[in-house]
Amino acid sequence: MAERTPVLRTAKLFIGGAFPRSESGRTVPVVGADGAFLANVALASRKDVRDAVVAARGAQPGWAGATAFNRGQVLHRIAELMEGRRTQLTEELEAASGDVAAAVEEVDAAIDRLVWYAGWTDKLAQVAGGVNPVAGPFFNLSVPEPVGVVGIVAPQRSALLGLVAVLAPALTGGNTTVVVASESRPLPAVTLGEILATSDVPGGAVNLLTGAVAELAPVLAGHLDVDGLDLTGLAGLGDADGIDRSALEAAAAEGVTRVLPPAATEPDFRRTPRGVDRIMAFCDIKTVWHPKGP
Amino acid sequence: MSRYPVDLGAAAWDYAPAPESRAIARLAPGTTGRLFIGGAWVEAADGATFATHSPSTEEHLADVALAGPVDVDRAVAAAHAALPAWSALPGSERAKFLFRLARMLQERAREFAVLETLDNGKPIRETRDFDVPTAAAHLFHHAGWADKLDWAGLGPSPRPVGVVGAIVPWNFPLLMLAWKVAPALASGSTVVLKPAETTPLTALRFAELAQQAGLPDGVLNVVTGAGTTGAALVRHPGVDKVAFTGSTAVGKDIQRALAGTDRRLTLELGGKAANIVFADAAIDEAIEGIVDGIFFNQGHVCCAGSRLLVEEPVHDLVVERLQRRMATLRLGDPLDKNTDVGAVNSAAQLARIAALVEAGEAEGAQRWTLDCALPERGHWFPPTVFTGVAQSSRIAQEEIFGPVLSVLSFRTPEEAVAKANNTPYGLSAGIWTEKGSRILWMADRLRAGVVWANTFNRFDPTSPFGGVKDSGFGREGGRQGLLAYLVPAGQQGGIDG
Repeated sequence: MAERTPVLRTAKLFIGGAFPRSESGRTVPVVGADGAFLANVALASRKDVRDAVVAARGAQPGWAGATAFNRGQVLHRIAELMEGRRTQLTEELEAASGDVAAAVEEVDAAIDRLVWYAGWTDKLAQVAGGVNPVAGPFFNLSVPEPVGVVGIVAPQRSALLGLVAVLAPALTGGNTTVVVASESRPLPAVTLGEILATSDVPGGAVNLLTGAVAELAPVLAGHLDVDGLDLTGLAGLGDADGIDRSALEAAAAEGVTRVLPPAATEPDFRRTPRGVDRIMAFCDIKTVWHPKGP
Repeated sequence: MSRYPVDLGAAAWDYAPAPESRAIARLAPGTTGRLFIGGAWVEAADGATFATHSPSTEEHLADVALAGPVDVDRAVAAAHAALPAWSALPGSERAKFLFRLARMLQERAREFAVLETLDNGKPIRETRDFDVPTAAAHLFHHAGWADKLDWAGLGPSPRPVGVVGAIVPWNFPLLMLAWKVAPALASGSTVVLKPAETTPLTALRFAELAQQAGLPDGVLNVVTGAGTTGAALVRHPGVDKVAFTGSTAVGKDIQRALAGTDRRLTLELGGKAANIVFADAAIDEAIEGIVDGIFFNQGHVCCAGSRLLVEEPVHDLVVERLQRRMATLRLGDPLDKNTDVGAVNSAAQLARIAALVEAGEAEGAQRWTLDCALPERGHWFPPTVFTGVAQSSRIAQEEIFGPVLSVLSFRTPEEAVAKANNTPYGLSAGIWTEKGSRILWMADRLRAGVVWANTFNRFDPTSPFGGVKDSGFGREGGRQGLLAYLVPAGQQGGIDG
């Protein structure tokens, strides 16, 4: 009997809950650690970024307006479905790094990180907000609220754990997101999009773009309907990669966009995050006053 | 039909003048102000000075040193030199200095109130009852934080952010100073403060207070000057954190200047707050809130309720009663204890207000201006209300920063939310209704950092204040505000390190 020929997947973008090819029609080959061809992924364009921002904006009120309990369940559901796809995710990570043990560890940690953040949704307001004892007859309450749409440049090396480590906290706070995946290791992000599509995450809450960081990041940074910009994935990138971090942050200033700057080198995402810092990086405190009286 | 006839003029009682003594401000003719750097009073390196005037009389008040880049550099160096000892001081000891400052400000409250009124033009009633006591309260509140930083939410033993470059505006000169200096000093950080060009005097007087309190040299430095001084300060590589309150345009410039530097930034910028009145509101209380929302401090308030959104059935009633109430506002000598509306801070600001009012008329809105006598000298703008304002009109979109209210109407809560959120700003909002569930429903949907329900323009050191969207980021006040001045222990290389 002839050996069966596997059916190959077309790797697409994930925008508004759908899987379009890049409107530009462009693709780029991805190769593994051994230099072997793995897949062609979509090379997203400026217009794909804009479409993704529109989708994220549209999804934002619904996601932020869902109950914290509901958002926690949805985030947990992503972890559940990742468990079911762990073989595929591990193979993609292994192909990219050549290290199977590290790939297994990374998938474990990514799933666990989602569970960790799933548990935060209905605790954040109590930890980050509270009642303020003002000097007057007023009830005064502070609560964290999402900034809105967050543009994320995902980490380049840690293609799955790093991606989850920056995406999950933004979602936990009630933001919707436009993510530029790791440029050289995009396949785990493509698979995560397929997981998200079936995990009760509202279409548009997460939009995943594959392509060139140097091409996409400036569009995201200068987009006036992006409220927050997470540049964690720029760690280690510089002039040689066509990345001008200062220019990106300066572009964000036109929209008074909140910027989370990159570290000099890519952090070790295996460490448990420090409290709610990453969630609050893209939340603002809202304070409501009301008089007290008989 | 008018249920409440507008009887302009007769409603206002006449009061005899009740001027506060200006002698207590100790502002003799020929007074000069020098820079306060490293605990010493010094001239600008190049000897440059500028004059500060009374907005209400245009009288020359003092010549003040104009700090240039060399002076800013010296001030930052002094703040750096003071940082190790100040941050190593036990929090309980730092606290005592802040308590001293709070108490000494209370002791000299009347002096500070008069000085602020002279330099700023705002009524003595406001400096006396709001600016100075609230500034003292901020110092007192943050004094208590200095030895309790482990409970701020960043884990044990957080570090101070370092040298803070604080730039404050002219609308609440002393209060904005306190909003920045108090948490900075409590955290163990040191400060270079740049007061606004038109209102440098209370900051210099506060530096005198710091000397009296025995605050170690260099912990607080004051560099008076112009926009160039502030630009030099925010660009100085020795500044670890910039805390800015002012216009959105300058805020964007600062954010651009800090791009790529890892230096921290909080921005408290402009606003165009909607004050939303539902038909079931307690109308008389709402009228007081509307008046307080837009005419407090001549409308020179970033969170001023400058757009009034009224539910259609009560639109005419609210406008009538508002005009009747406005007729009782007393505009004039800011030092008079009966004055409600003082002088516009500067000729430049007056020109901006006048230009936007002209634009409002040109765009077809109906203007109603309080018929009151304006003093011959000084910068004055009478309280003004526009009705029939289109959502797209400049006076509905742009921050006027003056005593000018734009009235729009709405039919449903959804429409009120959509209109309220339809500006680039998001600093504050007001809701007036007797229906509790509607208050909370609205508060969830209004894109603003502060929501006042059945009240307006309330501030407290324990209550975080700050905006969203183009109104900036970061909070001032309370535990959340303090976080901007702290770094978690052991943090290296960003948020994940």
